[in-house]
Amino acid sequence: MKNTIITFLAILPLLGACTKKSNDILIGEFGSLTGNDATFGLSTNKGLRMAFDEINAAGGINGKKIKLITIDDQGKSEEAASAVTRLITQDNVVAIIGEVASGRSIAAAPIAQKHQIPMVTHASTNPEVTKKGDFIFRTCFIDPFQGFVGAKFSIQTLKAKKAAILRDVKSDYSVGLADVFATEFKNMGGEIIADLSFQGGDLDFKAQLTQIRSKNPDVIFIPGYYTEVGLMAKQARELGIKVPLVGGDGWDSARLHEIGKEAINGSYYSNHYTTESTDPTVVEFIKKFKEKFNETPDSMAALSYDTAKILAAAIGRTKELTPKNIRDELAKTTDFPGVTGKITINADRNAVKSAVIVQVQGPERKYISTVSP
Amino acid sequence: MQDFVQHIINGISLGSIYALIALGYTMVYGIMKMINFAHADVYMVGAFTAYYVAKWTGLESSPGVSTLLLLLVSAMIICSVLGLLIERLAYRPLRKSPKLNVLITAIGVSLFLEFSGQVIFGADPKVFPEVMNQFVIANFGGLELKSSDVTVLGVSLIAMVILNFIIQKTKIGRAMRAVSSNASVASMLGVNTDRVISFTFIVGSSLAAIGSILVGMKYPKIDPLMGMMIGLKAFVAAVLGGIGSIPGAVAGALIMGLSEEMVVGYLSSTYRDALAFGILIVILIFKPTGLFGKYSVEKV
Repeated sequence: MKNTIITFLAILPLLGACTKKSNDILIGEFGSLTGNDATFGLSTNKGLRMAFDEINAAGGINGKKIKLITIDDQGKSEEAASAVTRLITQDNVVAIIGEVASGRSIAAAPIAQKHQIPMVTHASTNPEVTKKGDFIFRTCFIDPFQGFVGAKFSIQTLKAKKAAILRDVKSDYSVGLADVFATEFKNMGGEIIADLSFQGGDLDFKAQLTQIRSKNPDVIFIPGYYTEVGLMAKQARELGIKVPLVGGDGWDSARLHEIGKEAINGSYYSNHYTTESTDPTVVEFIKKFKEKFNETPDSMAALSYDTAKILAAAIGRTKELTPKNIRDELAKTTDFPGVTGKITINADRNAVKSAVIVQVQGPERKYISTVSP
Repeated sequence: MQDFVQHIINGISLGSIYALIALGYTMVYGIMKMINFAHADVYMVGAFTAYYVAKWTGLESSPGVSTLLLLLVSAMIICSVLGLLIERLAYRPLRKSPKLNVLITAIGVSLFLEFSGQVIFGADPKVFPEVMNQFVIANFGGLELKSSDVTVLGVSLIAMVILNFIIQKTKIGRAMRAVSSNASVASMLGVNTDRVISFTFIVGSSLAAIGSILVGMKYPKIDPLMGMMIGLKAFVAAVLGGIGSIPGAVAGALIMGLSEEMVVGYLSSTYRDALAFGILIVILIFKPTGLFGKYSVEKV
């Protein structure tokens, strides 16, 4: 009996390797469909499915249909790494899309690079991600830019002189944004009066906020994710802190307001796109998304939709369908008219595009201004 | 100074929540000499019960004392039933087995609840409904005393007073103390140990249910893994105070709440958990049974 089990375990990997060859173009996706920031993974998955469904309905790419293989990484870095390994070695995908969180993209990127499979991240804004190799791309702006946008907006529009920072020390994304914000804010003549930390998953932030309150900042910069930010806003208002909170695209979720309630109203964050846009591409995208999923697309859905379209365009330009050719064509993307703006991939394989600042007003996001690089 | 007082208020309010959960650990340990790791997940089920009851009855939009009472009662009932089931199905068959088997079973039950929770409720965080309206009760020169903090403290205190009354003054309480000091002698003298143990689980689970609603009111984000960290902290609080001792659990929880708040307030949040567990190690070195624990002499 024992021997049977051992034999079975030994041949198990071989069974997995026998995947059927198909005529479809296989594209892999890894994302947090479950876990603490599950809404990100669910939104990006919807954006991708919508884009590929549209392409397939229009006859696919050069007669071939796209097949999306999605693996849930549960919001964990180690799962992200194994998901990408599986996509490459077992499912034989030609390209990979993912992840939202920079930490998980950084865990996955070296694997894609090692196997020479192009990986495009739709929303990882940490600069380190694309430094992992020449097969790693992104279609969003990077942290230095969002930190810069936050600092510029605080100084110029909010007329802030003193800022406090609350950073999530467990998240590469948060630390990246906070560092750049601190440098830029000081360069522009402001003063950082407190730079405190918390850890993603915490519930209580009153100790940090009490400390901030005694220093009277004009603005508090919180580059965190929506769950913590919602709780923080609530606790800040409970302690009587009335200054605006400013953050990055990690805030962008309908849950932000559900958790923070009226406490989060009036705060600002930088984002990839706004639903208030009058650009026909955006209006059309929002209309189709609402028809398909019966909800308003958040920026994660918009970004992943653009990523899918950019990747499909690159695949369409290849003469022969190999991962290397897809990589070369992706690098040539210039002025792609996406939902999240005109996208050009630069020499560092990062996207060059503008950011918008929106203000939270209940479930609505009011467009305030556009900040260009 | 104002900051210091604010840190104290925050710490007591956090500590009183730890206390409610720590009581569940300590009671079960006191009676059965086992650590019920599933306790923190019963707490999670309590939060989700309240969430769904509020949703189905449409009470989400009508906060008030009656809503709070209804949610408390429904969560306490569901959690008691769950606690009772866990004891009946998982622990009772192992009553005569070695301690380690029961401990491992407890971890198994805990994982079972956490991951069934992910399947049934979904893994993304839910937003806990607003149970009570918030208002400022008193304002001392910038220090605001909020109704939510007072409610949390008040409900915790009432629960602890009732618990103390049950244990010290009632017949079942006397039976619990008897089983706690020596289960086999107690059963020889006519105490129905199974019944006492079931009752302990009901009380412990009800306290977890109360704790879950108070936490939901304070931090309106609930998810199936919410019990993990708070359960660990409450467990440490129970050990710190001397596991098996009820005043010990309350004292331990307050020490944990206050020290966490002070560390984050004056040092850095990175050291928070390190300090919490550091205190535990120091106390266990100098007083291995915890602050209020009793030495039990092993008789051969």
